[in-house]
Amino acid sequence: MSKRVVLEASHAVAEAVRMADVDIVAAYPITPQTHIPERLAEMVADGDLDAAYVPVESEHSAMSCVLGSAAVGARSFTTTASQGLVLMHEALYIASSHRYPIVMAICNRALSAPINIWCDHSDVMACRDTGWIQVFCQNNQESFDMTLWAFRVGEDPDVMFPVMVNLDGFILSHVTEPLILPDQDDVSRFIPEYHYRLALDPAKPTSHGCFGLPDIYTEVKYSQELALRKSRSVIDKGWKEFSNIFGREYKAVETYKAEGASTLLVTMGSLGETAKMVIDERRANGEAVGHLNLRLWRPFPFDEFRDAVKDVKTLAVLDRCYSFGGPGGPVASELRSALYNQETRPHVVGFIGGIGGREVDAQAFGYMIDRANEITEKGSDDLYEPLLVRGLESGTGVRG
Amino acid sequence: MTGQEHLIHRYLRSSKRFPHVWCPGCGIGILLGALVRAIDGNGYGKDDIVLISGIGCSGRLPVYLDFNTLHTTHGRALTFATGIKLAKPKLKVIAIMGDGDASSIGGNHLIHSARRNIDITAIIINNQIYGMTGGQSSPTTPFGLHTASSPFGHLEHPFDIAKLVEAAGAPFVARSTVYHARILERLIGTAIAKSGFSVIEVMSPCVTHFGKWSGIGSAVQMMQWQKDNTVSIEKARNMTPTELQGKVVTGVLIDAHKPTFHEEHARISREMKD
Ligand SMILES: Cc1ncc(C[n+]2csc(CCOP(=O)(O)OP(=O)(O)O)c2C)c(N)n1
Ligand code: SF4
Repeated sequence: MSKRVVLEASHAVAEAVRMADVDIVAAYPITPQTHIPERLAEMVADGDLDAAYVPVESEHSAMSCVLGSAAVGARSFTTTASQGLVLMHEALYIASSHRYPIVMAICNRALSAPINIWCDHSDVMACRDTGWIQVFCQNNQESFDMTLWAFRVGEDPDVMFPVMVNLDGFILSHVTEPLILPDQDDVSRFIPEYHYRLALDPAKPTSHGCFGLPDIYTEVKYSQELALRKSRSVIDKGWKEFSNIFGREYKAVETYKAEGASTLLVTMGSLGETAKMVIDERRANGEAVGHLNLRLWRPFPFDEFRDAVKDVKTLAVLDRCYSFGGPGGPVASELRSALYNQETRPHVVGFIGGIGGREVDAQAFGYMIDRANEITEKGSDDLYEPLLVRGLESGTGVRG
Repeated sequence: MTGQEHLIHRYLRSSKRFPHVWCPGCGIGILLGALVRAIDGNGYGKDDIVLISGIGCSGRLPVYLDFNTLHTTHGRALTFATGIKLAKPKLKVIAIMGDGDASSIGGNHLIHSARRNIDITAIIINNQIYGMTGGQSSPTTPFGLHTASSPFGHLEHPFDIAKLVEAAGAPFVARSTVYHARILERLIGTAIAKSGFSVIEVMSPCVTHFGKWSGIGSAVQMMQWQKDNTVSIEKARNMTPTELQGKVVTGVLIDAHKPTFHEEHARISREMKD
């Protein structure tokens, strides 16, 4: 029987990992991720989860350890945030290139310096090109659901890629909300037993981590790229199956009140909930505005995104990360380039805000809508506009 | 007493950085006092000193003091310190680390700094747990202890940090506790004055987490524990292993002379010129 419970997102993720029946958990503590490994350690101690749990000596060790366990075909999970994630960087590429379906929950947090433990998306954006499947969650239920889904999709023989599940540090990780925990039988049906064909096995020797000389490296990387793009169909199938079993629907690109909208607010992660509130208010006033939640970041959902915005005039995009010296926040710049060759396309207005825990409230989203509309109307050469910077007059953009 | 207060206040960044983050009863503040008195007692100027720390409750220490200070990333204090010492050999370079900082995520740097014998003073605040992140087991957590990350009892055996750095080649290794604040002060003074890689392991109570998980209890009880469970190296020499069971041996454990990295470097430059 499924049951309604009240959990913080960290514990919801731990529940999903338990129900997915992982074999190995390796983690190093870092705020705001600590509650996930601590809860898993308790589950192992209580006999509720039959897994080996190892409190390793750094995040680089955590990722390297699950690389080892994944190589022998064990279902493997780790979790981190911020500095921990960037310390893993070297090993992240090994996971995706070796095609190990490791699942990692990231409680998104800002990067040093200055030292800051609060939420933004700089940590995961620094890993954009590591070849992992990357999804974002808006609330605790989604944090649970995406973690389950990550095992289902990552381990699919047609995918075999590691998956990052992003949940906003503190805003989700430490906030308690009601959610539904499904029945274990349904979860077991959704995530079949995992069998890794190429597992290291003395009876059937395989060799992982070989040299790729210039005569083959190019082809290997191209095939990795194709495989990640091809995983899109299983990613969608995974969500379809999920909704068939559990009744909740997810898509790579999700829109809210977007029908007939001329302006869409675009967010990733928990701020989507605030944005939708603002959309409700504006719609009640008769304004043609909606919201677009970009759930899937890698592989990027080009078709769905283009389709969702084809009749829209303006996209007001919030980035929670800088791309220093670049064309604007990573999300807005990618959306722009996804649209560039389209015959008709909306005007993309980028904002960077919510950095290092700075609040982006309803008023700020209201401002984004109005400002983006104004820019579409009047035109602007600005690359993006930094939001809520003390001492900076609002409306001051950054030029290329 | 007022004389003491004056001394500390000369070194605190009290107008900018307070209140501090430490819990009431935490030992790190006592170490801070001992460090300041040792530096002052050795007659160094503020500009002669650079304090470098990693991340953790212990990592906050330099932030409160009016020296050259650098608060780095978790585990890397010694590597930043190495760079500083190479570029500014005249500075007295002191790295402040937690047990996690120094012996888990930064453990590699600890043994290599000892092996290299670079002229840095490493102060390791060993509270036997990860304090800042909420009481998870660290590489010095006693075997079997229940912690936030080992609710079934810690399955791993702890490092003896002093032995570790001794084996890695550190020429000066000492251990003390914050209960023995005066002795600690003298040891720190000696370590800073000594050339080469010197390590002081400072046993310090994390009241909030270690106190809770170990069952030792309050700040006062943890201090009492330090008093009751430490033995000076001089006494320890005449004790049997059974008598030493569970005791923390304090004092100067190793004091040797070895040419430092800089001395070797100078020698090789000289030889090349000749
Ligand atoms: C790369 C990285 N991983 C993890 C952390 C999270 N973190 C901050 S302090 C700390 C451990 C603190 O323990 P210790 O070093 O013993 O110092 P204490 O707080 O006990 O003084 C950890 C794991 C971090 N800041 N950076
Ligand atoms: S958590 Fe422990 S180490 Fe950190 S300030 Fe509190 S008592 Fe000290």
